[in-house]
Parts: sequence; C-alpha cells; structure tokens
Amino acid sequence: MSVAKPLPHDAAKLHVTGQARYVDDIPSPRGTLHLAFGLSAIAKGRITAMDLSEVNSSEGVVAVLTAEDLPFENDVSPSIYDEPLLSDGTVNHLGQPIFLVVAQSHRAARVAARKGKIDYAEEEALLTLDQALAADSRFEDGPRIYQKGDAATAITAAPHQIEGTFELGGQEHFYLEGQAAMAQPQDDGAMLVNSSTQHPTEIQHKVADAIGLPMHAVRVETRRMGGGFGGKESQGNALAVSCAVAARLTGKTCKMRYDRDDDMVITGKRHAFRISYRAGYDAEGRLAGVEFLHLVNCGWAQDLSLPVADRAMLHSDNAYAIPAIRIESHRLKTNLQSATAYRGFGGPQGMVGIERVMDHIAFERGIDPVELRRRNYYAAPGNVTGDNTTPYGMEVSDFELHELTDQLLESSDYAARKAEIAEWNKTSSDLKRGIAFSPVKFGISFTLTHLNQAGALVHVYQDGSVHLNHGGTEMGQGLFQKVAQVAASRFGIAMEKVKITATDTAKVPNTSATAASSGSDLNGMAVKAACDTIRDRMATFLAERHQTTADAVAFEGNRVRIGADEISFDEAAKQCYEGRISLSATGFYKTPSLQWDRIKGEGRPFFYFAYGASITEVAIDRRTGENRILRTDILHDAGASLNPDLDKGQVEGGYVQGAGWLTTEELVWDGKGALRTHAPSTYKIPACSDRPDTFNVALYDGQNREDTIYRSKAVGEPPFMLGISAWLALSDAVAQFGPGYPALDAPATSEEVWRRVRRQRNEL
Amino acid sequence: MSKKMHIKLKVNGKDEEFFAEPRELLIYTLRERLNITGPHIGCETSHCGACTVTINGKSVKSCTMFAAQADGAEVTTIEGIGGPDNLHPLQEAFKEHHGLQCGYCTPGMITRASNLLEENPNPTEEEIRFGMAGNICRCTGYQNIVKSIQAAATEMNAAKEAAE
Ligand code: FES
Ligand code: FES
Repeated sequence: MSVAKPLPHDAAKLHVTGQARYVDDIPSPRGTLHLAFGLSAIAKGRITAMDLSEVNSSEGVVAVLTAEDLPFENDVSPSIYDEPLLSDGTVNHLGQPIFLVVAQSHRAARVAARKGKIDYAEEEALLTLDQALAADSRFEDGPRIYQKGDAATAITAAPHQIEGTFELGGQEHFYLEGQAAMAQPQDDGAMLVNSSTQHPTEIQHKVADAIGLPMHAVRVETRRMGGGFGGKESQGNALAVSCAVAARLTGKTCKMRYDRDDDMVITGKRHAFRISYRAGYDAEGRLAGVEFLHLVNCGWAQDLSLPVADRAMLHSDNAYAIPAIRIESHRLKTNLQSATAYRGFGGPQGMVGIERVMDHIAFERGIDPVELRRRNYYAAPGNVTGDNTTPYGMEVSDFELHELTDQLLESSDYAARKAEIAEWNKTSSDLKRGIAFSPVKFGISFTLTHLNQAGALVHVYQDGSVHLNHGGTEMGQGLFQKVAQVAASRFGIAMEKVKITATDTAKVPNTSATAASSGSDLNGMAVKAACDTIRDRMATFLAERHQTTADAVAFEGNRVRIGADEISFDEAAKQCYEGRISLSATGFYKTPSLQWDRIKGEGRPFFYFAYGASITEVAIDRRTGENRILRTDILHDAGASLNPDLDKGQVEGGYVQGAGWLTTEELVWDGKGALRTHAPSTYKIPACSDRPDTFNVALYDGQNREDTIYRSKAVGEPPFMLGISAWLALSDAVAQFGPGYPALDAPATSEEVWRRVRRQRNEL
Repeated sequence: MSKKMHIKLKVNGKDEEFFAEPRELLIYTLRERLNITGPHIGCETSHCGACTVTINGKSVKSCTMFAAQADGAEVTTIEGIGGPDNLHPLQEAFKEHHGLQCGYCTPGMITRASNLLEENPNPTEEEIRFGMAGNICRCTGYQNIVKSIQAAATEMNAAKEAAE
C-alpha cells in the first residue's frame, strides 16, 4: 500500500534540478507578447482625463487597452461583479489597474505602463476602520450576528468580567512565484490558458465571459503554483483575463506576470480585524458568556470577504464550550486592496480573538493558562454530560484536545520549563523569556455547501500504466502526491506506474477552488471512486475468465490474484483491454452530512474538525523590543495521515507562516492609501535564521472519526493557527516587565514589543 | 537604446557569447536568452534568493547583477549542479528530506547551499540557518531545508573521507 507512506513529493526530482516548470518557465512561441497594467496613483476619485500617447509610442508597445476597448465583460470579481478588470472611470484603491499595455517584452510593457498621464478628481478615501464605520461603508446591509444564549446577561451575572480591544493586522501572501498567466489563441477562436491559480474553473469562467465565448471554448491548465496560500484563489483572474483579451485582439500568445511590487500593490491580502471582547467568568476562570465585535477591513471589492468574515465568527469559540456567546461582524468597505482568501480564511482571526480572551483571564486570575483553557474545553466523545455544541449549534463529537494536550505538555516538558523560565527571569533585567500554549480546533469544509464536491478522471492503459487527473491544484502542499498514493493503493501498484497530470478544465469540469484545506479530502475520494469503478470492472471480467467470483480477485504488489491464479497488473490490463473492458472512468464525491444557514448562523457547516496544539518559548530584549523564538513544540492531528512527512511539512510551514503573521509581518499604508511595505525589503517574512532554535513537530496518533479518505484529516490550513502561541508567548514575556496585562496588538513587531514594555515599566 | 556590449560567459561549463544592452540583468540573460529557467524570479530586488547562482565561486543573486558585470565569469546555475540522472548529494537530500514544497525557492536554495558547503564543509545547525538567511522560503518553515543541508554535508564528508 502506498498510502500512509512518507514518500517524497512527486515532482521533487524536477524541483531539485530546476526542471519543474511554472507558468513563466513554459516555452512560449516566437512573438509572444507581454502585458503590464498602468496603475492608479490615488486611492479614491474619478478619472477626468487620460493621455496615453506616450504609452502608445513607448518602445516595443503593440497595443494599449482601456475599459472601453474591452469587447465583453469588464469584470474579474469572484463574487458579485464589482471588480472591473480596468477602471470604469472610478478609482477605488491606490494601485488599481486602469489601462493594459501589450508589448514585445516584459520590460517594455512595464516601462510603458509608467508613462500614462492621468488626471483625477480626487475624493476623500476611506482607509481606516473608523472612517468606514463612520461613513457606514460596508458590504451587506448591516452587521451579521451569530449568537447562542443571552451573552450580555450571562456576562453581567458572572462573578468576574474583562473587556478589551486589539488590532489584528492583515498579511501579504508572498507566494514565492508571483501571479502569472499565459493565453494561447487556438485555430478556432478558442483559448488555451496556463494560469498560476488555485481555481482553474473560475479562470475558465471569467475568461469565457471576457472573450464572449461559452466555457467549452476555454481550456485552463495548471500544473503547479509556486505557492498559493489563498492568494491565488481569485487574484489570478485579472492576469488570465488580460492575457486572453490581448491574445484575442492580437492573435498572438500573451503572457503576464506581475512584478513583485505590482503584485503587492494590486492584489488582496489577509483581512485585518479590530476585535473587541467582553467576557464573564467564575473564580476558576470558567466562561459564562462572551461577546465579540469584529470590524473587518474588506478593502474596496467584495471578493470573498463574506465567507471569510463568516468563518472568523465560526472560529470565535475555538476549543471552548461557551454557554452564551454573541458575535457581531461588520464587513467594512475601504479604499484599500480588496482583501481576499488567505490560509485559514478568517478562521485565524476569529481564533486569535478567543485566545486573547483566555490569555487575559488567565493573567487576571493568575491561573496557569493551559489549565484555564482545559477547564473550558469542549468535552471529549464519551464524556459529554451537558451542552457540547458550538455557537452555531453543531455538536462537537470528535474533540481530541484533552488527550492531545496531555501528550504535548508531557513531551514539551512544559511544567518544568515554565518554572525554570520564571526563575531565570528573576535573574535577568533586560532580557525576559515567555512561554505560551495555544490549541487549535478548525472546521473542515467549505461553508458554501455546494463547493464541497470534486471530480476525477482515471485511465488505465493496456500496458498497465495509469493516468491520473482530478480537479485539485498543486501549490506545494503535496496534494498530487497524496492523491496518487491513493490511486496506487486502490490498484495495488507501485507509485511509478501512476502518472500525475496537470489540472485541466477539459478533463475534469466544474471544480471548486483548491482551498479550505479540502484538496485531499475531496479529490482523494473522487479518485478513489474512479479507481474502484475500473477495478471492479477488471475484477468482474477476470473472475469470469478464470471461473471464479469477483470477490476472489485481489490487487496487490503489482499483481492481480484471481482465485488460485496470479498475473501481473500489466497483464491484467492487457487482458481486460483485449476483452473489450472500459479502462477509463470518472469519479465524483460530495461531502455528506452538511447543512448550513449562513444568515441565521445555524447548522452543520463542517464535516469534522482538525485539532492541534503548540507551545512556544520566546525571549525579548526590553531595550530594542527585539525577540526570538527559542523553542516550539507542536502536536498536530492529521488523522491517519496519507503521507506523514508531507503533512509534517505543512505543519512546520504553517506554524512559521502563522507566527510571521502575528510577529514580524506588518503592512503599512500611508495617509494617502499607498502601501509602503510593497517589497520584501520592507515587509519582513520569516527567514531561515528566524526559525525556532528548537522545533519539535509530531503528528498525533489518531484516525478521523468521520469516513474520510483512509480516515485522514485535512492539513493545509489548521497548523497556521498554531502560530498564535508565539504571539501569546511574547505577551507573557512583556508581562514580566511590570504589572498589568500587556494587551499586545498584532503583529507584535519589535516596535510593538518595545512600546508595550515601556508601558509596563511606566516609561510612557 | 544604448549600445550593445559584447559579453562572454561560461555557463554550466558551456561558453556563451552574445551582444546585450548594458542594462540586461543576468537573470534575464539566463532565463530568456539561454533558456536556463531553473533560477527563478521572486522579487527582482535581491531579497528572496530565488535567482541565486554561483559566479566565480561566490553566491550571487542574478536579479541584481548586469550580464555585463559578469563578463568573462564562470556561472553555475542549478542545472550545472546536477541533472535528474546524476543528482548532487544536496539535490538528493532535498528530495529525500522534503526540503521543498512548492519548489519555487529550491533551485536558489540548493545553489546557495552548495556554495555554503564549499566554504564551510562542516557547518553547525546555526551556521546553516544564518548562512541561508538570504534565501526566503514561504512554504516549508525551513525545518526540512536545514535538515537536507545537514544530511548532504554528512554524505559529502563521508564520500570525501572514503576517497582519501
Ligand atoms: S529574484 Fe533575485 S533575489 Fe529575489
Ligand atoms: S518550497 Fe515554496 S517557497 Fe520554498
């Protein structure tokens, strides 16, 4: 069996030799044209005049397009047609595409794009949450509210209360491969598009609308992305559509890749939140009621903001059974980049809210923060005595965190280290250490229920080799490898016999984005269904031939056993072919048991939960606010992992990215709405030297209680939130410098840590 | 347009000769002129390391060097370190120890690591971490990258010893 084996990534050999092709590496025909956008220089206003003559006459320019030149739809929105490809005369954020340059080289296009002369009637931009709130600038009519019980009364009636407000910044994806697409016109007007996208079907749909053809005339192929993290769920639309429109116009292959600065200025990022909380609790720190107010900075277009903000609300309980809770969420519209999907899809923001509440209560009551959390955990299956439902009425029936927490405390030597750190802190005045624990309970499934479907296409050739295709995309998460391991296991053959092929809308149609961590769950099941269809056909035929029954046929070790006989799988394929058996099948899967009402906030939006926990230890320097992660211990639940090494890789990478979000990665806009952190020179992504000095990562030994592919669990997003413990550890370290709760904002950059230490020491 | 310059390079052992504008960046020479697409473009501002190559024994980010500056130099890219049928120990180690996810940083990482091990065949874990700090990976959290380099160093030193 190939499943559960820690095999290397399917394309590892290509990657290590530089042979793996990304969009920009695909050989393109002679005469390929290159595209760049001319961008707005203001955040809000109207275009009053546009002089593009210098753009037109710039060296190497073939064509310059504005909104009026677009033949059909001028829209690249994934949701409500509110995102024109090129400005329709209004400007809604600084860096919005206004015109499109088609030129002979990437450089020529970029040089020309800077030469537009645009006059604006500037209007006052809404850049902050306060401005947007005051102007009542929002998506949806009013706030969305989910509640359970009467939180206000429960809080007031409780013996103790806390309240607070903090800022939670956004995050740049910084997929290492920037956005890129290429479109090649076909002989009949059809279009072949290569796109670095997590959502080929949507690219197909938007391109078809933009060139006025049915979807069948557009074929989108995605072999791999150089990272996605949600940033390529909708943000690739503009490039693919531009390429297709320009290719239709010129009859030439057109290619577009954003320069990194353009990428950061144009594309959406993680939603920034301001979270206010109020909680009531008893002397032991048991929660009686909690209220949250989420102010969500959605940027200028709706994009995926509604489901992102919903998911934040759905994770406001994290691991805790809260008797009464009320979450009020305002989706505010501002003149910034349109915030989009990012690993965790709002879940992390919601979770940080309740973890902050836990941290604050533990501090106020002087209770060990781990103990406090455990007192509030949901009950484990078999131990449920009272209400064990989430704020949205879903029964928590797979809660693994009691056992998982015990194991992690033990393996990380938490108690002894905490005591040692306390002693050490007494001896150190400028440097202090902090330690913190945080758990993760993350809901798996798209909350838009109809997206929870997937298709696959499998062929067995007469020589016994297998061609595998499904709707999921590969962005480094190892999906192709994991799914191929499923296929190899179903046929009982070696991995080498399975050929993994690029995601292609002509092979599997109507796919969902590879998002919500659902890639292996959905596509693994669809592939299994397709393989089993073929295998059953083969078994029936071979059984008949060998005068036995189909259940006496077994596929194992590259062999097929048929009753007392045995032949190679290759031979079996050949015999089936000659026996005129169809060796090709599609497979389909839809997640069972889901029903969800997002307006009421009620139902079962998730098939199951994925769990994990982390403990981070940090040190900070009060003089500069500088800090380091000294040690991290993680135990994460991937169910019965399809590939433990790939899953551990997701956990490690997710943690570092999550910790980066909450510590060093700060987005700064100036008063005009210009993003000042538009390159890795000013936007600090964790480097190799920032990795924890000691980094212990293990997978929890368990099985998914739900019937998923080989009882595995999704692992793309959940580990991101393990990074929350890094932020809490910094808070713990800052608290050593004086009385009072440090109340850190996020990201807790060196500057933020320095400021808070000064406040702790009464120096401000 | 400025006058073109006559430039000679030795890339992965092969002599290359061409005329280019003085402002042509080496990464474009490699990727577009010579079709060597292993070195990737991640930022074009010398911060991510995806474009790392070795020039006359030093790690260089090829997005911030003009081809003209490299005139007469020996350039090694990932393609020159080893191919699919003759993997370098570092390539083997990155593959086996999962030193990659999306793989976009990998050519630059391995090229940088090969130079690091050249300069310091026995690096400590910390020396690896700081020696690789100029190469960003957004996927792996670096854990397996460090592991891969350690494994390759051990392997290479053992091979050296065996040869002696
Ligand atoms: S592309 Fe050269 S360092 Fe990023
Ligand atoms: S593997 Fe994706 S950036 Fe390193």
